[in-house]
Amino acid sequence: MSKLEVTRRAALGAGVATVGTLSAPAVFGQPTTTIRCGFWDHWVPAGNDVLRRLCAQWGERNRANINVDFITSVGNQNLLTIAAQAQSRSGHDILSFPTWEPAAHQRMLVNVDDVMGRLTRKYGPVTPAAEYLGKPGGNWVAIPAVSGTQMKPACVRFDLMQQHAGIDIRAMWPAENRAGPGADTWNWDTFARAAEACNRAGVPFGLPMGSFTDAVDWLGALFASYGANVMDERGNITVRNNANLRAAVDMAVRISRQLPNDVWAWDDASNNRALISGRSALIFNPPSAWVSARRDNPAVGAQCWTVPVPSGPQGRFVGYLPYFWGIWNFSRVQGPAKELLEFLSDREQADAQTSTSAGYDIPPFLSMNDFNVWSTEGPPVGTVYNYPLRAHHNARTSVAFAPAPANLAVQAYNQALNTKLIARIVQANESVDQAFGWLERELNTIRRGG
Amino acid sequence: MADSMSAAIPAVAQPRSSSLQKLARRRSSIAFLMTLPLICVILGLVVYPAGYAIYLSMLSRRMDEFVGLTQYDILIENDTFWLVVFQSCFFAVTAVIAKAAIGFWLAHMLHHIPTKGQRKWRGMLLVPWVIPPALSTLGWWWMYDPTYSSLNWILAIFAVPAVPWLGEPWWARVSVIIVNVWYGAPFFMIMYLAALKSVPEQLYEAAAIDGASSWQRLRYITLPMMQNIISITVLFSLIVTFANYDIVRVLTNGGPRDLTHLFATYAFQVGILSGNIPRGAAVSLFMLPLLAIFAFFILRGVNQRNKEMM
Repeated sequence: MSKLEVTRRAALGAGVATVGTLSAPAVFGQPTTTIRCGFWDHWVPAGNDVLRRLCAQWGERNRANINVDFITSVGNQNLLTIAAQAQSRSGHDILSFPTWEPAAHQRMLVNVDDVMGRLTRKYGPVTPAAEYLGKPGGNWVAIPAVSGTQMKPACVRFDLMQQHAGIDIRAMWPAENRAGPGADTWNWDTFARAAEACNRAGVPFGLPMGSFTDAVDWLGALFASYGANVMDERGNITVRNNANLRAAVDMAVRISRQLPNDVWAWDDASNNRALISGRSALIFNPPSAWVSARRDNPAVGAQCWTVPVPSGPQGRFVGYLPYFWGIWNFSRVQGPAKELLEFLSDREQADAQTSTSAGYDIPPFLSMNDFNVWSTEGPPVGTVYNYPLRAHHNARTSVAFAPAPANLAVQAYNQALNTKLIARIVQANESVDQAFGWLERELNTIRRGG
Repeated sequence: MADSMSAAIPAVAQPRSSSLQKLARRRSSIAFLMTLPLICVILGLVVYPAGYAIYLSMLSRRMDEFVGLTQYDILIENDTFWLVVFQSCFFAVTAVIAKAAIGFWLAHMLHHIPTKGQRKWRGMLLVPWVIPPALSTLGWWWMYDPTYSSLNWILAIFAVPAVPWLGEPWWARVSVIIVNVWYGAPFFMIMYLAALKSVPEQLYEAAAIDGASSWQRLRYITLPMMQNIISITVLFSLIVTFANYDIVRVLTNGGPRDLTHLFATYAFQVGILSGNIPRGAAVSLFMLPLLAIFAFFILRGVNQRNKEMM
């Protein structure tokens, strides 16, 4: 009998101990959820630290473990990771998706209309290019990220521009919320004349014409400013009898004849080197080139000034290369993942990310283009003031080959059809019509096969 | 012996074990069991990926519809694809011929150096083959760099105009071939050196007595004796060179105007970068028939020579 009592007590005690142990994490505030994040490995080392810190901060508040991995884009490691996780339907919960990837994997990504709805109510509209890329088919499939998103305005050596082209670029685009004298003349024609003058002086503009993103993006912005689309929203090819396209090509050919003869082989670092070494008077790039110049060649860095891209007949467009944060539909923590991404997109967190990256990261909301970092960075102070879109720029973000459907545009973009079109005319001496014929055939190939 | 032992054991005690023993005693069973790990590796790492690639290449771009050979059909009608086919063949054939010729010459030079000094030279000449190709290609890229080429800097000393190594199509083609030859020639050298050492010295002595010139000795003794090893190394190198990726990816990314793309780099651009995995798979699978043709002719030559020798 007594033996039986002891057993009962022991069983009761064991039961209490078990229940206590199991409930302990919740009682003592231990994490109950784990979110695995694969963010883009930032060029600026501190860019990773700020994301890690913000994630930890959110995790502490919400009793969640946030495992953060940083995946490099060097060697397209991030693209390979995305492809592998999509095929195996396993991996991270949240992943950073570069420009075209949300549209490519839209059927495997969680709809984030609810998050974007709340964010746009708070912060206003998203920049149009981000909407084009992140909202295929009318639904947001990923959240435009702050970390890693960049634009490609002109980074100008203001001393050389003044000396050789007679343009006072700082007066034209001061570090203030207004356009200076002559800003209305900052168009592609003025740009081409400045390119000719600087080339004659031995400091040609450093505009790549190869197959990397810097080349495709600056030419894409030029084409957009002429309304020169090669495909419409439905994927129809619009090359034939396209006067806008012909005008844009004429301008691109004119400019490319004033560039160094090896730009056809330039990669995304070649233009930076041309600027930093003092051999070039202008490049199209985010502030990373200026940051490197400030470190490696301070004399050059102190003479750099970021200004909007020249305008064309259809307006002013600036190349935009965003990252997105997406949640895989195989994730088991979709709700908490959405909350985390909403937290990272809030103004305070966006400001932290942008400030840590010396102003490199561009938030997707136009209302956030007033962070203090762009006014204070230097020398010279105010050099990156005009990096984000300001109201007086009258500019829009552009993605090369928009408004074609993203699944087709991505192929034209990655095959750099716009730079190759110009290369065929300038380097291979083909006529414009021959080059257009080739472009049409390539676009047809892209369209076929579903 | 085993049969006599099993006969001695009472029949009741062995109904189950005897069949297992019989199975184990069969040579073919043991051979199969011993090769099973290799078969598993081949199935997992060769057959399955190849089959999956073929399956992928028959899907639509969204990978939600079976489209048969449509992706191949599209490629056949595409200008850029035929540029890639030409460039891949040109790159592989030119690079392999150059590697074989340089490797053969180096092997001859080494063979005539006294053994003591030979090791030092052999080690030094093998260095390019030992360095990871992505790393050494990066070094070459610095030398070719469009703006700061060290090669052009040297040419400038001799008042030679700068060469657009990577910017002009034919120079870019030559540049990627040079790097591949630099990397691959030591492999040929070491294979040919081993082959040269196995040629009986008596043959040369007999030829010398007959008054054969050095060219005749090379033409009628060395080359016939090395024919098989030359064929096998050429075939092996053709396969590896054809599938090359890193050199072109690092140096030119396929440019200018897609004129230096190889199958692997073009497949990566179409499949991974452009999000069209089925078409990327179709591009890479196009290598198979071309390599099969090369392999057929080379191996047929090897077999014929073997039969003649028998």
